[in-house]
Amino acid sequence: MRQLAQAHKAVLPFGNGRSYGDSCLSASDTLLALRPLNRFISADWETGLIRAEAGVTLEEILSLAIPRGWFLPVTPGTKYVTLGGAIANDVHGKNHHARGTFGCHVRSFALTRSDRPTLVCTGAQNAELFAATIGGLGLTGVIEWAEVQLIPIRSSMVDTITIRFGSTAEFFHLCDELDQSHEYTVAWVDCLSRGSSAGRGVFMAGNHAPEGVLQTDNRRKLTVPFVPPFSAINTVSLRALNSIYYRAHRTNREPRRVSYDPFFYPLDRILNWNRIYGPRGFQQYQCVIPNENAEPAITEVLDTIARAATGSFLAVMKKCGRIASPGLLSFPLPGVSLALDFPQHRTLNNTLFSRLDSIVRDSGGRLYPAKDAHMSSGDFRHFFPNWAQLESLRDPALCSRFWQRVTDS
Amino acid sequence: MKRVAIFGATSAIAMECARLWASEGTTFFLVGRNQEKLSQTADDLVARGASDVQLYTLDLNRIDSHAELIEACFSNLGQVDIALLAHGTLPDQAACERDPDLALHEFSNNALSVIALLTRLANRMEAQRTGTIAVISSVAGDRGRPSNYLYGTAKAAVSTFCQGLRARLFKAGVHVATIKPGFVDTPMTAGLNLPARLTASPEQVAKSIYGAIENRRNVAYTPWFWMGIMTIIKSIPEFLFKRANL
Repeated sequence: MRQLAQAHKAVLPFGNGRSYGDSCLSASDTLLALRPLNRFISADWETGLIRAEAGVTLEEILSLAIPRGWFLPVTPGTKYVTLGGAIANDVHGKNHHARGTFGCHVRSFALTRSDRPTLVCTGAQNAELFAATIGGLGLTGVIEWAEVQLIPIRSSMVDTITIRFGSTAEFFHLCDELDQSHEYTVAWVDCLSRGSSAGRGVFMAGNHAPEGVLQTDNRRKLTVPFVPPFSAINTVSLRALNSIYYRAHRTNREPRRVSYDPFFYPLDRILNWNRIYGPRGFQQYQCVIPNENAEPAITEVLDTIARAATGSFLAVMKKCGRIASPGLLSFPLPGVSLALDFPQHRTLNNTLFSRLDSIVRDSGGRLYPAKDAHMSSGDFRHFFPNWAQLESLRDPALCSRFWQRVTDS
Repeated sequence: MKRVAIFGATSAIAMECARLWASEGTTFFLVGRNQEKLSQTADDLVARGASDVQLYTLDLNRIDSHAELIEACFSNLGQVDIALLAHGTLPDQAACERDPDLALHEFSNNALSVIALLTRLANRMEAQRTGTIAVISSVAGDRGRPSNYLYGTAKAAVSTFCQGLRARLFKAGVHVATIKPGFVDTPMTAGLNLPARLTASPEQVAKSIYGAIENRRNVAYTPWFWMGIMTIIKSIPEFLFKRANL
């Protein structure tokens, strides 16, 4: 590592490349490709404690764990991320209100640094580096392996209910009501709707089914075979798609039993889905607004986006809970998180995103580094006051383009 | 429950094959040079469902130790359902052109040690009258190319040896599968500039080896399209072939 760093100035551990911004790109363009580090070290199926190398993907963990009655304690919206990446970005999921972030379930990991021998970090041992590495964007060292506590399940099926809501206010009521009784909650929101239908969407809640099969879902996947010359997502197609999706869902409080895969990972069904945005791709905007300002700020954010008449089908809203992460630079806070994809456009950052940034800033919210490609260094330092602590614990051999961008003064 | 012996068990392709078998509760006998890597592989396989994993550390170039190795293998597993030979190196062709000792050493790595091992293994398999021997050869053995002919020569020897052995052991009910991978993204090929579209992952290759053994395929190109590519390469007339730089 030291040699590589000397030859290239700085490198960066890289997992499966699912971060949306430049946090997974190396400042020197030379990466440590860690996906091949994909061996399991131990798995205790009595207690659900697994230890695996950092390049193992969540999909690989699920394929072993599900048949034996275990599940990931926290999972993001794709299973194609590595264990190391899940820790480095301290990912969260539909059960943030019930179980916090992924980092809350990491018992220990081994960290290799260029300036000292490999060390094992836990909440008690090398605690400073433990906290800095969770959500540390891969900058504190290379995670060799990690130990994670899985959760027991009795079935790989999920009992879900679907409820349509007509406004942001209704969404908040649903959160208050259903977050108590459901481990998993998330909402899709129609980002183009204005006027009387502004803030409408579909609320989905689920629990692991108490009975049923325990099997991994290996259904055939679709793929987007090539990059179309222009984005298939534009205002017209989007307005139609959103309308159809909204109308296709009826309020149904009778639980429906579905496999875990379409519930947690709808986008994983379509390989290379990002290609539908054409050669320019997309940029995601994900922010979290603290509870005290959430309702007015989210309404304002949605209104600003609807006025800009851009956005995408993939607009996801979720109420985050109070469980604190051990991570130093963890993104979620008690409040509401909103994530939207936008077809890439050269004026995006200067117009829409800068307007959204000021709403987020004024409401005491923040942006998600794992998804970011535009945050200013001023905003970053304001959103994550612990950044200087991470900088002091950063491995001198590691640096990402993101880190270079947001710490550049 | 299968009983599987893997020679060169820490190779990327062998490891992926082993993972497929591990999920079925297989019992393993793994042979490799590097004890640490071998025991890490064993941990991985146990976590993935293997019933039992026995380890044997040996450099397979030490042909005088093969008798003892085969003895240990059969006494550990009792019966060998699948024997996978996966050890090998990728020689530096240019260096082999300068240094005959190196050339012979590489030939020994990739051909002599395989032939020696197969000879002892075949006799035991013939006596047990069941099982499959799968040998990882290479598309490189199909025709000698200027860029890689030392490796190609060794793999040609292995392929031809397997062809003969297959016909001999068939009579005893033992199957021999010759596996011919094309470009595979493994530590062995790290640093080579391989064409992305033609390069398979070790997982893909492992799946087709798994299938070839299940279906008792004689010769399996993997991925399958290499059969077409090699048919074309083999059909190029020599007077043209010698002018090309393949």
